Amino acid sequence: MSSVIKEYRTVKQIAGPLMLVEGVEGITYGELTDIKLSDGSARRGRVLEVTGDRAMVQVFEGTSGLSPQDVKVKFLGKGMELGVSIDMLGRVFDGFGRHIDDGPSIIPEKYLNVNGNPMNPFSRDYPNEFIQTGISTIDLLNTLVRGQKLPLFSGSGLPHSRIAAQIARQAKVLKTGERFAVIFAAMGITFEESEFFAADFRRTGAIERSVLFMNLADDPPIERIALPRMALTAAEYLAYEKDMHVLVILIDLTNYCEALREISAARREVPGRRGYPGYLYTDLSTIYERAGRIKGKNGSITQIPVLTMPEDDKTHPIPDLTGYITEGQIMIHRGIHAQGIYPPVDVLPSLSRLKDKGIGVGKTREDHADIMNQLYSAYARGKNAKELAVVLGESALSEADVLFVKFSDAFEDQFVRQGENENRSIEESLRIGWDLLTMLPKSELKRVRDAYIEKYYPKK
Amino acid sequence: MNGNQGKVVKVSGPLVVASGLTGARMYEMVRVGEANLFGEIVEIKGDDYSIQVYEETEGIGPGQPVVRTGEPLSVELGPGLIRSIYDGVQRPLDALAKDFGDYIVRGAERPALDRSKKWDFKPVAKVGDRVSAGDVLGTVKESSLVVHRIMVPPGKSGIVKRINPVNGNVDTEIAVIDGADGPFSVTMVQKWPVREPRPVARKLPPDKPMTTGQRVIDMFFPMTKGGTACVPGPFGSGKTVVQHQLAKWADAQIVVYVGCGERGNEMTDVLLEFPHLKDPASGEPLMERTVLIANTSNMPVAAREASVFTGIALAEYFRDMGYSVALMADSTSRWAEAMREISGRLEEMPGEEGYPAYLGSRIASFYERSGNVICLGSDGRGGALSIVGAVSPPGGDLSEPVVQATLRVVKVFWGLDDKLAFSRHFPAINWLTSYSLYQEVVDHGVDLTLEGKWSVNRKRAMTILQREAELEELVRLVGIDSLAHDDRLLMQAAKMIREDFLHQNAFDDRDTYTSLPKQYRLLNTILFYYDEARKALREGVPLDALLKLDVLDDIARAKLIPEDTPEQFAALEKKIADTTRAAAIMR
Repeated sequence: MSSVIKEYRTVKQIAGPLMLVEGVEGITYGELTDIKLSDGSARRGRVLEVTGDRAMVQVFEGTSGLSPQDVKVKFLGKGMELGVSIDMLGRVFDGFGRHIDDGPSIIPEKYLNVNGNPMNPFSRDYPNEFIQTGISTIDLLNTLVRGQKLPLFSGSGLPHSRIAAQIARQAKVLKTGERFAVIFAAMGITFEESEFFAADFRRTGAIERSVLFMNLADDPPIERIALPRMALTAAEYLAYEKDMHVLVILIDLTNYCEALREISAARREVPGRRGYPGYLYTDLSTIYERAGRIKGKNGSITQIPVLTMPEDDKTHPIPDLTGYITEGQIMIHRGIHAQGIYPPVDVLPSLSRLKDKGIGVGKTREDHADIMNQLYSAYARGKNAKELAVVLGESALSEADVLFVKFSDAFEDQFVRQGENENRSIEESLRIGWDLLTMLPKSELKRVRDAYIEKYYPKK
Repeated sequence: MNGNQGKVVKVSGPLVVASGLTGARMYEMVRVGEANLFGEIVEIKGDDYSIQVYEETEGIGPGQPVVRTGEPLSVELGPGLIRSIYDGVQRPLDALAKDFGDYIVRGAERPALDRSKKWDFKPVAKVGDRVSAGDVLGTVKESSLVVHRIMVPPGKSGIVKRINPVNGNVDTEIAVIDGADGPFSVTMVQKWPVREPRPVARKLPPDKPMTTGQRVIDMFFPMTKGGTACVPGPFGSGKTVVQHQLAKWADAQIVVYVGCGERGNEMTDVLLEFPHLKDPASGEPLMERTVLIANTSNMPVAAREASVFTGIALAEYFRDMGYSVALMADSTSRWAEAMREISGRLEEMPGEEGYPAYLGSRIASFYERSGNVICLGSDGRGGALSIVGAVSPPGGDLSEPVVQATLRVVKVFWGLDDKLAFSRHFPAINWLTSYSLYQEVVDHGVDLTLEGKWSVNRKRAMTILQREAELEELVRLVGIDSLAHDDRLLMQAAKMIREDFLHQNAFDDRDTYTSLPKQYRLLNTILFYYDEARKALREGVPLDALLKLDVLDDIARAKLIPEDTPEQFAALEKKIADTTRAAAIMR
């Protein structure tokens, strides 16, 4: 790569977010550009394709108002970078890592390429340490572990923002002396939502240990493509160079994917399913796979991506491809929300693939796995019986089934439901679980070892 | 005039077009740009050479050099493959981690076989022997489970002029052979282009079962040595766990596991777990027979396209030594997507859903490299290469092109069902839609060893399960109480087959592997209960009593009965007979 900075006025074509510059020389793929307008304003772009002396540049802020005669394009000879520093904690940035709060400029310790390199699978360490979110349905039933990527699958109008904010506020590692940070990456959210998050973070003091990256719904969609990479670069810096456990909340991936589709369409690429580009899977994986732990390093990166499923359809390409990459999913359910239960987590189809490695003796408590299985199976049985009652009438239920129906109602009411500011410890979640199980005869607790029943069964 | 060095003309993601490479061939390897990235020529149009680059192409631009290597994408074959973990183009990930850090940096290169490692070569052939391609010259003890046979490379033959026991690295000369064109030297390592199948003397139809210790597979949908199978399923249905279980417990002598575009943490899981798991046959760690290829989803897409071929070339090499080899590819959908991405960048006319029109033929040519074979070499030894490919259809939709192209060539279909996974029934292989075309081959072999009732029992059990599905429809409409008692007993038997036989816990030490004899006894026990209960029912014992027998709990726990204790099953059957009879007398 040559270090000479090259400037051109030879824009020949503008379409969608793309701009074709001709007569260029020594330009490389992925290079960053500065675009100057005659009115003095500036935009930024990136080389998406280069053929001979023609470069296709994607303009981050959009091409509205650009004219081929009026534009000066400067190629910077380097890829997109983020200046990182520990002072980023407590600050708010836009999709390019420029601060948008009232604070002073950050003096970067160093600049890092935001695309990162793929982690060597050999250097990975397996995620197996518990993170407490204070939410029972996650901690006890779909346990989150450090280095995992566990998305929230939600739908429009559901309270996923509030859940995300609650997790950001409450999440912690149980071992003392470990440093914890939250990176909040918001893509295409509304002004109201962003105000909600910013206010919530300030009010609760969570801002002190957080870095916020914000791209609003009316900000250029292309900026959304850069934002998660900025956020994850900051996360990698904090995790692997500053030994922090970093929780990255990405919200809302659906907006990200739509921005990707927009660019793909502008480039006239062959579309895959529903018009999304064929490389959507690969592209998403370069975000999600940046979660993890590295052998010999103290820090870790855990991701909670949030996405709204169009029409609550789990087979839509965005949740579908996400599900193939992430290690489980937490499902937010419209029906449970309609019952007035917060957080409306649908326990049965939710799953944390890594939970088994993060629970038990020394991590949470010895009876965790048994209680989890017992609650799950009892709730599933109650829900089944309920469905049956809808078809055949309640009189068709056996005595035992009636009991399980009662259990599942109580489970939703006391275990799933919790306050938005209620931060339950894992012991508390276990206690509520045990209390609920007393509704059932002891002989039905087949999944809990006798020794644990002896030790933990609530004494009346 | 050949052009050994050309120039980059165009860069679009992983695709680079170069000119000035006159004489270069399709699939020749080149080094691209100042960063010296690996690439492979995938299209030639006039002076435009399209190159798929195996590494991130940021910073590559027109005018930068492209250098030919003159060789197609090849793998190094020799001692040291076992226990290795490679990326999609056979770069050793452990050596890269040691020398380049925790991230895979561009242009990094290390030899696939560690040159600092010394091996003991013991000759088998003698001076004066006439040898031809595939003949074993000598052996190297590669791991506690694998004796590596050093063979005369394909296409070579002659008279052994010199051969000695040596201790050295893989480049050490072990023999000199007088060939038709004069003497040539043989070392412990050979190269092979990955896209070309290695030759065999003869291909035979698969005729031996490959047992996996997984009850639903071995009993209902068996696999053979040299056969092909696919595991399609939506996310969360347990594809990867099935693949891991096969890699752990399949009775293959060598396992090649290709993690193609999947999760990084899963490869870590394999890496950390396999050294601690013991092979049921030998008691040695499973890693001692395993080669891993890890091209996770965030690693460059072109290398993902190559990873499947790299894997199969390694597998064929071990097959040529006379081993039975199993290759797991997880997931072939990611491989197909890589093909689609490259094809899109080449601006090829797309076929269905944007996949290239040659998708079907590529998939077929991959699975056709499996087989039960007579290897090259005058001793006529046999070898086998079985392939199990996972497929990840979008939204679980089996009508999509990758599943359909795969089903046209594979003989075994293990269809994963998210409804089963949802109700935590694992392995979530749907017993009504799955099939195996090897059933008869396997029955024939196994019946001879197990009282001749293996296939009889299986057919009965399958009939019960199919009948259950019909009855369930009915129950949904009218409720279980309106079924005849005979049918309700059948529903009970079906439930027991599902929960006490088909359901298998991969994470339970005692349940994760079941031998064929135990599988047979387990199913036999359930059918025995069904027969006894039916008898009792006919004698007038009330149905409820039969459905509440304490012995049912014993049957449910029977899967945890240790291997090689047939007397415990005999005792259980006796208890079943006693208690049903007691129930009849009570009446």
